[in-house]
Amino acid sequence: MPLLWLFILILALGLIGFILGRARALKNANGDIRLLHSLPTYYGSNVLLAILIPGLAVMVIWLILQPMVIQGQVSSMIPDTAYSDKGALNLVMSDVRRVAEGLDIAVEQGTLSHDQARDIRTELTDIRARLGAVGVALGSNVESYVLKAAQKYRTMNAVGNWMMTVAVLAAALAGFAISYMRTNKDMRARNSVEKVILGLLIAAASIAILTTLGIVLSLIFNTIEFFKLYPALDFFFGTTWSPSFGGGSELGILPLFWGTFYVSIIALLVAVPIGLFAAIYLSEYAGPKVRAIAKPLLEVLAGIPTIVYGLFALLTVGPMLMTVFGEDGGLGWMQGGRSVMTAGLVMGVMLIPFVSSLSDDIINAVPQAMRDGSLGLGATKSETVRQVVLPAALPGIVGAILLAASRAIGETMIVVLGAGAAAKLNLNPFEAMTTVTTRIVSQLTGDADFASAEALVAFALGMTLFVITLCLNIFALVIVRKYREQYD
Amino acid sequence: MSDFTADNGPAKGDAKSSLFHETTRTKRRNAAETRFKAYGIAAIATGLFFLVALLVAILGNGLPAFKQTFVTIPVELTEAKLDKNGNRDPADLAKVSTFGYKPVVTAALVSALKAEGIEIPFAKEEDVEDILSSSVAAQVRDTVLANPDLIGETVDFRLLASSRVDGYFKGRVTRDALVRDKNLDAEHLDIADAMVAAGLMKTTFNADFIFGSDASESRPEQAGIGVSMVGSLFMMIVVLALALPIGVAASIYLEEFAPQNKWTDLIEVNISNLAAVPSIVFGILGLAVFIQIAHLPQSAPLVGGLVLTLMTLPTIIISTRASLKAVPPSIRDAALGVGASKMQSVFHHVLPLAMPGILTGTIIGLAQALGETAPLLLIGMVGFIASNMPDGITSGFLDPNSAMPAQIYEWAKRADPAYYERAWGGIIILLVFLMTMNIIAVLLRRRFERRW
Repeated sequence: MPLLWLFILILALGLIGFILGRARALKNANGDIRLLHSLPTYYGSNVLLAILIPGLAVMVIWLILQPMVIQGQVSSMIPDTAYSDKGALNLVMSDVRRVAEGLDIAVEQGTLSHDQARDIRTELTDIRARLGAVGVALGSNVESYVLKAAQKYRTMNAVGNWMMTVAVLAAALAGFAISYMRTNKDMRARNSVEKVILGLLIAAASIAILTTLGIVLSLIFNTIEFFKLYPALDFFFGTTWSPSFGGGSELGILPLFWGTFYVSIIALLVAVPIGLFAAIYLSEYAGPKVRAIAKPLLEVLAGIPTIVYGLFALLTVGPMLMTVFGEDGGLGWMQGGRSVMTAGLVMGVMLIPFVSSLSDDIINAVPQAMRDGSLGLGATKSETVRQVVLPAALPGIVGAILLAASRAIGETMIVVLGAGAAAKLNLNPFEAMTTVTTRIVSQLTGDADFASAEALVAFALGMTLFVITLCLNIFALVIVRKYREQYD
Repeated sequence: MSDFTADNGPAKGDAKSSLFHETTRTKRRNAAETRFKAYGIAAIATGLFFLVALLVAILGNGLPAFKQTFVTIPVELTEAKLDKNGNRDPADLAKVSTFGYKPVVTAALVSALKAEGIEIPFAKEEDVEDILSSSVAAQVRDTVLANPDLIGETVDFRLLASSRVDGYFKGRVTRDALVRDKNLDAEHLDIADAMVAAGLMKTTFNADFIFGSDASESRPEQAGIGVSMVGSLFMMIVVLALALPIGVAASIYLEEFAPQNKWTDLIEVNISNLAAVPSIVFGILGLAVFIQIAHLPQSAPLVGGLVLTLMTLPTIIISTRASLKAVPPSIRDAALGVGASKMQSVFHHVLPLAMPGILTGTIIGLAQALGETAPLLLIGMVGFIASNMPDGITSGFLDPNSAMPAQIYEWAKRADPAYYERAWGGIIILLVFLMTMNIIAVLLRRRFERRW
C-alpha cells in the first residue's frame, strides 16, 4: 500500500521537523527559554504544520485530479464505434479499469511477469481466462482496444503515482526548509501556529456548507439530466406511476405525493392529539415524580431506530389490522397487511415524543404570570390551559407540528416496510399505496444504470422531497423564533 | 373567556348559592376539569402502551432467534466415499463436493435413528434427511478438510436441524401448515418428536446467530448477524474518527471565535437545516458524490461511515456547542487574565471542562448513526449475502459488507417467515447496543456533570 506508506512517511517527517524546529529555537536562544517569544513546542508545531499541510494538501488534490485526467486521456482512445452513448462509454471504461486492475493483481500474484503484462496481446492470449484465474471475473471477452486502453491506464497510473510521491515529498520538504530557516528566537511562533489552527477550525465549520452544497449540486445536476430525458410537466402533473426499465415508463409524481400526504396526515392525526395532551399533562398537572418517570419513558420512543418501527408495522400492526378490517374480520376493507393505515399509525407512534417534547418546551416557556392571572380570576386549571396557555403557545405548537410533518414526509423505513409498493390515487386508507421516499429507495437499489430516466427520476424525487422539507423546516423555525421574541 | 360571560355567573342575591353546595355550573366546570385531566393521563398511557406493545413484540418474536434446534449424531466418515485414493492429499479431498458428503450424513442419520429404534415411515429412507438443514453437508466437509485425519473414524457431529423442524419446536410451524408445504411432512415431525425423546435432538442457545454470517435465502437456520455487526463496527470507527474532531472544531469556532458576519450566519443556518434534512437525502448525496463521482467501492463500510458522518455532524455540533456554552465565562477571563492567548484559554481550560458534555453528545450521535438504515440502502448495503468476515483492516473498510440495520431490513424482505424471527432477534441485538451506549452517556453525564 504505497499511499499508506507515503502518508506515514509524511507523518514521520513532520515528527522529525517538530523535534528539529524546537531544538533550533532553543539553540538560538542558547537554551534559555526566557529569551524565546513563544513556548518551545510552538516552534516545533510551526515546523510540523509547515510540513503536514502542504504535503497532505498536494496529496489530496492529486488524488482527486489524477483519476479525472486519466479518465479523460484513456476514454479518448476508445473508438467512437465501440459505444453508442455516454452510458455505454461508462460501461466500456469500467471494463478497462477491471482489466487494468486484473493485470496488476496478476503481476502481484506472480502469474504474470512485468514484461508479460506489458506485452500481452488479445490475439495471442485468452485474457479473460487468465484474469479469471486470479479472481477478476470479466463479463465478456477482451477487445483489443479495451486492452490497449487498459495498458495506457496502467502506465499512466504508475507514472502518476510516482509523480505524486515526488510532488508530495517536494512540497513537504519545501515547507520544512522554509519554516526551519525562519525559526529563530524572535519569531512569533505561537501567533502563526494559532492562525493555522483558526484556519482549520473555520474549515471544519464550513463542512456544513459543503455538505449542503454537495446535496444541492448532486440533486440539481441529476435532476437536469432527468428532465432532458423526461418532460418536467409530465413528471409534476402525471397521474400514473409505472416505471419499466425497458422503456416507455410513465413517471408522474402525483400518486406518490398523494401516498406521502395521506400517510403523513394519518401519522399526524395520531401523534398530535396524543403528543399535545401528554405535553399539557406533563407540564401543567403532573408532579415532579410522575414527570421524572413518564417523560424519559416517552422519549425512549424517539430513540428507537426507524427500522424497528418498520418491522413492527410489517409484522405486528399490519396483521393485527388485517384481523379487524381484513376479509377475516368481515369488513373486507383491507387486502393485505401493508397499507396507508399501517404505516400511518406506526409513524404516528414514532412522532409522539417528537411532538410532546417540543410542545412541552414551548408550554413551559409561557410566563407563569399569565397562568397566575387566569387562576386568580377564578378559572379552573383546564380553563387556564385552554384559554390562556394554549393560545399563547399556539405559534410554537404550530411550529412543532410542522417540524413533525416534515419528519413524516421524509421518513423512509416505516413506509418502505409498511405502506406497500403500488402507486395509486385512492381514498381508502386500508389500501396499499406508495410514497416518494419508497420510490427513491426502489429506483436506486439494485444495479440501476445511472443514465436511464428510471434511475434518474429518483434524484428528481429527492429534489422535490428536499425542497418540501426545507420549506417546512424554515417556515417552522421562523414561526418558533417569532414567538420566542414575544416573551423573552 | 366564554364560560365566564355566558350567563354572568351565579345569580346575584340567590339565597341558595353557597360555597358548601356546588351549583350545576360549578359541577359542570369541575367535570370538564376532570375530563381534561383524564385526556392527559389517557394520552400518556397510550404512549406508554405503545412502548410496551413494541417491547413485547420485539422480545416475544425475537428471543426464539437466540435458540436453535440441533441434532447430535455420530457420523461415520467412510474412506471409500470421501478419499478414494486413500492418500489424504488435500487437493484430492477438496475435489469431493458437498454432494459427496450428503449421502454420508444421511446414512449416519438413518443408522442413528435405527439404533434408537425409531421407525422411518418413508418408502425411501433417504427422505428423512429433510429433518437436517441443507447446510450440514458443507459443515461436515469443512471439518474434514480442516482435519483430514478424521477420515475413517466415527465422529460426533452437532448438526443444524432444518428451519421447519426448528420452527415446529418454537411453535412457528404447525402440523396443519405442513399440509401445503412440500419441504417437510408430518411424519418428519413424528420422527423429530421421537428424536427429542431419545435425546438426539435438542433446542439450545445458538451463539452462531450472534457471531455467524448471513446465509442464503433457503437456509434461515444458518443465518447470523456477526458479519454485519463487524460492518457496523467499521462504520462507527469512521464516524467517530471524522465526526468527533470535525464537530468539536466546528463548534469551538462557532462558539468561541466566530465574528458576527454573513459567513457565520450562513454556517449556522446550514447546520440547523442539515439537522432536519431527511436521512434518505444523505443517502442520495453519498451515492452521487462518493460512488458516482469519487468511484469509491459500493457497499463499503467506508462509504457508509462517510455518509453517516455527514448525517451525525449537526447533532454533535449542536450538543457540543451547548456544553461549551455551559462553561462559565469566568474560566475564560481567568485564563486570559494570567496571560493565556484566546486559543490557549479555549484548548487548555474550556475544552477539558466541556469534555464530558461533548462525549455524551457524541455517544448519542453515534447511537443515532448505528440505527440508521435509509442512507445505507442507497449506497448498496442490501441485496447481497454478507457471508465473509473481512480479512483485515483494509478489507474491513473497503470490502462490501452489510450493517446491522441493513441486515435486519434484508431479512425482513425475504419470503421465509423463519427470517422474520431472525429480523426480530437482530433488533434485540441492535437495541442492546443502543441501550448500552445511551446508559454510558447518562452515566458519563451523572458522573462528570458540573453545575456552576
